[in-house]
Amino acid sequence: MFLHYLQLGLASLRRNPLLTALMVMSIGVGVAASMVTYAVFRVVSSDPIPQKSSRLFVPQLDNRGPRYNRNGEPPDALTYTDAMALMQARRAPRQTMLYQVGLSVMPQQPGRLPFKALGYATFADFFPMFEVPFLYGRGWNADGDDARAPVVVIGRQLNQRLFGGADSVGRTVVMDDQAYRVAGVIDDWNPQPRFFDMFSSNGYADPPQIFVPFNFAVAAGIETYGNNSCGSGGKRGSDRESWLRGECVWVSPWVELDDAAQVQGYRSFLEGYARRLREAGRFGWAPNVRLRDVRQWLDYRGAVPPESRIALAVAIGFFIICLVNTIGLLLAKFLRRAPEIGVRRALGASRRHIYLQFLAEAGMVGLAGGALGVLLTGVGMFGIGLVFQPQIACLAHLDLRLVALSLAVAIAATVLAAFYPTWRAAQVQPAWQLKSN
Amino acid sequence: MLKMTHLSKVYRTEVVETYALRDFNINVKEGEFVAVTGPSGSGKTTFLTIAGLLETFTGGHYHLDGIEVSQLNDNARSKIRNEKIGFIFQAFNLIPDLNVYDNVEVPLRYRGMKAAERKQRIMDALERVGLASRAKHYPAELSGGQQQRVAIARALAGSPRLLLADEPTGNLDTQMARGVMELLEEIHREGATIVMVTHDPELAARAQRNVHIIDGQVVDLAEEPRFHAHNARVADA
Repeated sequence: MFLHYLQLGLASLRRNPLLTALMVMSIGVGVAASMVTYAVFRVVSSDPIPQKSSRLFVPQLDNRGPRYNRNGEPPDALTYTDAMALMQARRAPRQTMLYQVGLSVMPQQPGRLPFKALGYATFADFFPMFEVPFLYGRGWNADGDDARAPVVVIGRQLNQRLFGGADSVGRTVVMDDQAYRVAGVIDDWNPQPRFFDMFSSNGYADPPQIFVPFNFAVAAGIETYGNNSCGSGGKRGSDRESWLRGECVWVSPWVELDDAAQVQGYRSFLEGYARRLREAGRFGWAPNVRLRDVRQWLDYRGAVPPESRIALAVAIGFFIICLVNTIGLLLAKFLRRAPEIGVRRALGASRRHIYLQFLAEAGMVGLAGGALGVLLTGVGMFGIGLVFQPQIACLAHLDLRLVALSLAVAIAATVLAAFYPTWRAAQVQPAWQLKSN
Repeated sequence: MLKMTHLSKVYRTEVVETYALRDFNINVKEGEFVAVTGPSGSGKTTFLTIAGLLETFTGGHYHLDGIEVSQLNDNARSKIRNEKIGFIFQAFNLIPDLNVYDNVEVPLRYRGMKAAERKQRIMDALERVGLASRAKHYPAELSGGQQQRVAIARALAGSPRLLLADEPTGNLDTQMARGVMELLEEIHREGATIVMVTHDPELAARAQRNVHIIDGQVVDLAEEPRFHAHNARVADA
């Protein structure tokens, strides 16, 4: 019977091509506007590491005090001193520190010019903590951290550029006049937003191409290529050593904690550490620490750009207006068929039959609107860059999930919008209709 | 087959109550051909729509084929309409967007009948009214008489126990009206129960029994002076 309703719906839509086109366009445009903005929103609001985002934490420590901190919040990074203290305490099953580096890579082929490669100085736990996929080799181990060995993990793109994509483990890369042995090559990996470095990036950037041991980088004098915040009361120092020992923050810390007990234990450790620093006279205020997991960290850092939320809200509002318009058109279309409804009721159609027939027809409008919406969404992807930052706009894409979602939203919304017109249609009194005929 | 006792139908507004039927009593036996007559506004069509379960009533009792229908919900009323009642309307009431075949199929669809049986019944019904060759035509391509025959085929296809006809020849010329009336008589001879509302005393005379309605009540024709006056006018004409 449902197939019959679909046939009736299709025939009915064909009979009024102009009205049908208006409804389909209304739904299609509304769906497309919503889906284009949603495509951006889902990228910027998605969990970049869902399998363990609740086990990865950013420890924060207030080294500025209530006078200089921002709304009572500790800085978003650590000083070198505190970073090293947390690493040496080893209170988490895994922990890493990182800061951004930018090194000049010298190509091995003669005649090629050096180029800049961006990445991170970090610790060995970085790779297993963030589940970095390797194409060849692996990251260095804890001994490599301690030995301050000149090793490097390179990205797939850099490996392609330097070695033509071959297994380059054990080969040498020269960066800033320093030869590094390649320990591993990572596969395509660029979590969006880049949760592990919200301090120095806005969360959206090209994949990092180099990873070098933190201790080696500091010892080699490789300075941060990212942010360095000394705050209003921070002591910068006049030379590198005093900068390292000073109160400027530039190191992003991460710890992996497997359960609530470990989280509580680590928070206590942080508070204890801050208390000891107060007792030692470095901090003149009560311990002020934070321990945020990935989702909390992204929320706190405002990883979702405000323009994305606004655009989505505007698009949904526009879609609702389109649906209201569709309700009006469906109402006109359905009530014009009151005589037919009267006849059908007289011949044995219950109100349920009328509901099913007209909702099926509305569903077909929704399906056609959804199909148009998918087409317009595809076109709209080219125009995203006009509204959003290019590095965010390029992440949005039309995939099967979005196609399915567009169709589902269009059908569901249209059927929902059709409830009132259908209800009105089902209330048609057959006796009155037949008498008036 | 159809029994109404002390039935009333009241249309209420904030300021006035209008009785369309008042203390209405009728009993139509199975196999009867009853003509219902009466002046305009007397309640004939209201009686027919209530008899056909297209409208509810305000008071009294109505038994259709032994079932008291006043407490039935919409689904049950629709099911009875679909399975036991056939309608023939003055305005034919075919669905203009469906061809003849599909129009006749409408009530059978709601019965959940299988396609092969539907086809058999539709073609039998169309053969019976002499329109099998017009199965693919649309109502607009048929004459008024042909459209009414399609409507009769639609009513017959479901093999209803009761056929309700509201001025079935009202929109037809004399020749077409005669053809439709002969068809109804033939259907009656085959055992159908028919209740026909008509203004036309000539048609009414062809039924087995006449019921006259005045001011929403069935009246005894022998005691109703207005009936005699009306008949006299017809005779004079």
